[in-house]
Amino acid sequence: MRRVAPVIIAFLSGFVTVISFCFNPDKTVLGGIEPRVLSWVTIVGGFTLLLGVVSITRVNWQAVHRKKEGWPYKFLTLVAMYVMAVPAMLPSSWSPLFGDAEGSIYDWLFMHIDAPMMGTMFAMLAFYIASAAYRAFRARNPESTLLLAAAVLVMLWRVPMGEAFLRLFGENVPGFINTYLMNGVNAAVQRGIVIGAALGAASMSLRIMLGIERTYMGKG
Amino acid sequence: MSGIEILQIWVAAFFTLAIFSFLYKDNPFFKLAEHVFAGLSAGYYVGLVWKSIILQQLWYPMMAGEWLLVFPAMLGALMFARLVPKISWVSRVSLAFVMGTTAGVFLVSQLNGMILPQMQATMLPLVLSEGAGATLMALVMVIGVISTLIYFYFSKEHTGALGVTAKVGVWFIMIAFGAHFGYTVMARVSLLIGRVNFLYEDWLGTFLLIF
Repeated sequence: MRRVAPVIIAFLSGFVTVISFCFNPDKTVLGGIEPRVLSWVTIVGGFTLLLGVVSITRVNWQAVHRKKEGWPYKFLTLVAMYVMAVPAMLPSSWSPLFGDAEGSIYDWLFMHIDAPMMGTMFAMLAFYIASAAYRAFRARNPESTLLLAAAVLVMLWRVPMGEAFLRLFGENVPGFINTYLMNGVNAAVQRGIVIGAALGAASMSLRIMLGIERTYMGKG
Repeated sequence: MSGIEILQIWVAAFFTLAIFSFLYKDNPFFKLAEHVFAGLSAGYYVGLVWKSIILQQLWYPMMAGEWLLVFPAMLGALMFARLVPKISWVSRVSLAFVMGTTAGVFLVSQLNGMILPQMQATMLPLVLSEGAGATLMALVMVIGVISTLIYFYFSKEHTGALGVTAKVGVWFIMIAFGAHFGYTVMARVSLLIGRVNFLYEDWLGTFLLIF
């Protein structure tokens, strides 16, 4: 019961969704099932995020309560999460500080703390990427030389000074990089990877629907 | 510039510098910023989900009489059974519904919306009337896609013709990864310029106003 019922539910919900795809959503009841169950999945997903919040609270609060190493930071995580989330959940009719409109606590925290930190985190990757490139980009064999040459060409092409430098070798060199490197070789490989990944995703979907893949259920 | 605007800039500058301080080594300022960032990001998604899903897709339509939405609400509530070990298996019902539906949607969308259109776009005539450049592009596209797919085909040993094609695939992949790497580096550098510009112009600019 604990393992068979979920497999039957997964099969039925997947099967109905696939069948629904074959019918016109405007003319048949069956055709309208797919968009409806998709919105249901979004709603269940929303509850899952709320479950995540409960889980974060439990784990961090336990660490704070037991005064584990680094507990003040965990307390800060909890404070930041609730200071951001609670005012956003309250109706803006109570106060202009509530809700998510401009001028609310939610908006202020996002614009002046969260977004700058997000930008900085990504910007910091520039240093680590440079350090990784120093170690990885060595022309040891033909393959790594190709990697190095392509990266250098694209980096030069992306900045005005580099583009001007490339034009010294020929007026059409930047255009050549755009056409043959980015829209040619790069697009072809991306397409190959996308087709391969899509085939993998389709076969994994079939495995889930047929109950062969059950790891999502966990143990027990 | 008002006092509140200066405060906003200083708060953003403090957290920006706290994160950059990790470039030296792990330190209490970075840890503080890191934990605040984790909390704020979680809170941000809670606010987003609360408004766009719980209220707009569930609560308001239910209040308008769409009572069928009781089912996803119940399935969502069942997810919380995971918090009670004795009945945690009940949450599998919701998980199975989500996994099954997503699998059904993926099966159709990947075949119909991804694999077939991508294959169709690759089946190009190798001799085109637009000239040698267009023919070369078509050739690069066809050889690139086929050789990349063959490189990732591991069910047969890469020897003979398959091995040669896989080798060509590696060359294509290396060029594409290099191009992708270069592109990513420049995107990150552009973000770095943005943050440094903020510190230099906005934050240091406030010094002139204060002192």
